[in-house]
Amino acid sequence: MANAEPRWLRYTLTAIALAFLFLFLALPLLAVFAEAFAGGGSAFFAALADPEALSAIGLTLFIAIFVLPFNVAIGICAAWAIAKFDFRGKSLLITLIDLPFAVSPVVVGLVFLLIFGAQGLFGQWLSAHDIKIVFALPGMVLVTLFITFPFVARELIPLMQAQGKDEEEAAISLGATGWQMFLRVTLPNIKWGLLYGVILANARAMGEFGAVSVVSGHIRGQTNTLPLHVEILYNEYNAVGAFASASVLALLALVTLVAKTLVEWQMRRETEMLDTALLPEKVNQESGIPS
Amino acid sequence: MKRVLPGFGLSLGCTIVYLSLLVLLPLSGLAFKSSSLDWSQLWAIASGERALASYRVTFGASLLAALINALFGLIVAWVLVRYRFPGKRLVDSLVDLPFALPTAVAGITLATLYAGNGWVGRHLEPLGIKVAFTPLGIVVALTFISLPFVVRTLQPVIEDIEPEIEEAAATLGASRLQTFMRVILPGVFPALLTGSTLAFSRAVGEYGSVIFIAGNMPLISEITPLLIISKLEQYDVVGATALAGVMLVISFALLLGVNALQWWAANRHHGKHAVSL
Amino acid sequence: MSRLIHSLSFALLAVAASSSFAQSSLLNVSYDVSRDFYKDYNPLFQKHWKAKSGESVELKQSHAGSSKQVRAVADGLEADVVTMNQASDVDFLAEKGLVAKDYTKKFPNNASPYTSTMVFIVRKGNPKSLKDWPDLVKAGVQVILPHPKSTGNGRYSYLAAWGYALKQPGGNDKSAQDFVGKLLKNAPLFASGGRDATTTFMQRKIGDVLVSFESEAELIAKEFGKGEFDVVYPSLSILTEFPVAIVDKVVDKRATRKLAQEYLDYLWSKEGQEIAAQNYLRPRDAELLKKYAAQFPAIKTFTVDEVFGGWAKAYPAHFKDGGSFDQIYQSK
Repeated sequence: MANAEPRWLRYTLTAIALAFLFLFLALPLLAVFAEAFAGGGSAFFAALADPEALSAIGLTLFIAIFVLPFNVAIGICAAWAIAKFDFRGKSLLITLIDLPFAVSPVVVGLVFLLIFGAQGLFGQWLSAHDIKIVFALPGMVLVTLFITFPFVARELIPLMQAQGKDEEEAAISLGATGWQMFLRVTLPNIKWGLLYGVILANARAMGEFGAVSVVSGHIRGQTNTLPLHVEILYNEYNAVGAFASASVLALLALVTLVAKTLVEWQMRRETEMLDTALLPEKVNQESGIPS
Repeated sequence: MKRVLPGFGLSLGCTIVYLSLLVLLPLSGLAFKSSSLDWSQLWAIASGERALASYRVTFGASLLAALINALFGLIVAWVLVRYRFPGKRLVDSLVDLPFALPTAVAGITLATLYAGNGWVGRHLEPLGIKVAFTPLGIVVALTFISLPFVVRTLQPVIEDIEPEIEEAAATLGASRLQTFMRVILPGVFPALLTGSTLAFSRAVGEYGSVIFIAGNMPLISEITPLLIISKLEQYDVVGATALAGVMLVISFALLLGVNALQWWAANRHHGKHAVSL
Repeated sequence: MSRLIHSLSFALLAVAASSSFAQSSLLNVSYDVSRDFYKDYNPLFQKHWKAKSGESVELKQSHAGSSKQVRAVADGLEADVVTMNQASDVDFLAEKGLVAKDYTKKFPNNASPYTSTMVFIVRKGNPKSLKDWPDLVKAGVQVILPHPKSTGNGRYSYLAAWGYALKQPGGNDKSAQDFVGKLLKNAPLFASGGRDATTTFMQRKIGDVLVSFESEAELIAKEFGKGEFDVVYPSLSILTEFPVAIVDKVVDKRATRKLAQEYLDYLWSKEGQEIAAQNYLRPRDAELLKKYAAQFPAIKTFTVDEVFGGWAKAYPAHFKDGGSFDQIYQSK
């Protein structure tokens, strides 16, 4: 290939990347697993079979899955508006979308308490109607939505900007409806970015500690998520249990990546099959749209 | 200008409604709470010696972490997209780890690794480099927690670069370095800037991991979120929201600046592009 | 549209969450290392309540940092009872009207069913021969303690040293502040909590002495091994009390006052006291204290009330912004 770096440079760059990731990612992960298995395999599994640990895992998964569709829908909406159109206050809007990143997680929790807590803005009304938001599931879902809000949008905006709008405009001018254009043109173009965004949001949703901790109430077996469970176990001098739970979180994050790899693989196979079937047509298409 | 593409009103409307309900309304609670202070009280809280020192530590360490991530994140993303090597998928999947690991676990683990008797600290200590329980430790923790941003923002963009463009540049006699600097870098720069900015803003607010590795000495290694927590410990919600508000305004201004810069750069870039076509 | 789905799903969730409270239950909101104690105590109480009233009861626990828990209760976490490790935290609830103003009088012993004290954990064999507070301010000694402003352990450690200095001949606030200042100068870091301080000292091998609760020494032994450290009792230390209280507002709303009262009363029973002793918390019961004398060496202690006039005074004087802790760091 003419456009590849010389071999020495490839090797050097790969070495730098791997060294950096090893130092900052692999080593901490190894340390977590080392601590988790410090008491042997049986202690590790005993810690996970604990009913409180199981309920924490269930709750964590539930919240992560629940917030996912919201993030995808609103992420695509925001990215569509921002990347494909010009309007006043666009920078402001992008900044507002970024805002949840910049707010300290502890402050996020505090902010929701100021609104929904017993002493908060709507506290009186909520308690009069016996609606529980904070220290119950709705509050935990809300803060998770807040902290994961930017991921999908932020992942899609630069990608969609880089892609421009020629393809979509072409689709529309050829008579496609908005929905057809989205499904046939936009979605295939952004699928990887969308997937990365979802994976990040998902990982963050499962791993979040600070904000959730403020609104959870820490009721065992009821509002304790896995990250909260980890901290409690650690504070109780149960390091094995704490790090075992932490390693489960790390593994859960990897599961989404495995899913991504599978999807990627499947798609490649499909396109390869399509390519062989529709080869002449595809060549025509490609040469038919000069840029 | 006529808009060809549909869905502008719908997508923008949905975004604004959602944003207002989920983000702006709660954050207005912050403003509401700290409005019980007058300006001089707010100023006194925000400009105390400890508070000022903590801004220096927080924003300085976050900037450093963002720069480290920008440089290494670019290399990592490039290597992950362009090269093949054994175990690549595994490495790829590791990148999200910092988000999935509860921040407290990250802090505890990093402090243990970088302490004088840890796996890494053991080798650094003889060189006179102390990481755990110094401001350097804060940089390490912040680099860790914000690492996925740059890599994950760059990956789809690099995947999207058309090989034809590079080939064209090579055919026209550009060296690989020239191609990179003139063709590739400008293309990925918006994403790089976005990723680094997000990494930076995430780092500024981070609390959970930092307190385990910082040492938390007043004036030296005390971060602003710790001051907020210590106000909450005193049941001083107003003081805490005041500090949080100050941080928020600074972060907001920085983000807005970068976003505006990027928008301007993108427009300029596009403009040029259009002319050259 | 999405807004509608949004609010609808929240309403459903809220209903689901509140319906699970239907059966007879009690929520005990507590500090973070009390779990071992309540894990033993709760089944015992369930048996006791069943025998007494014929009803079975579900006991729910919530554990986290003390002040954080109390803030949560004030913000609407429906705790029937709170069991804390610092009176200042319960005071806050009393101030908010959730707990009786005179909650310390509602139960015996200042409403604290057991006590503990601050001791020194030193390296095996005590190589620097640290025996008392003055040894901790010597040059070259590194002291590990949690952050005095943001953690309960840190505050007790701070007040213990302050009280010691105050009680020395010629001691006054000025000399005490100098003493504590010197001690803090020997701290290479402030840990984020009791557990973090222990990890720093035991696992990362930083520091010569860790100031900690007596009851935590046993937890440290559980995690790191008994022979790994020595416990040193200073000549004088602070008596740490663990106040309990009924949250009036909640028990009235949920009609659980009788249950809550019994739950806390039972802490003073022989059975409850024995569980405390087994968890290395000093029981109030004199007989049991004697029975477990081997694990509770005699130590001279003072209370926060005696030396500082109660937490209501000690807290603002030392730990609020501008208090003595901040002054120590301003003069530097």
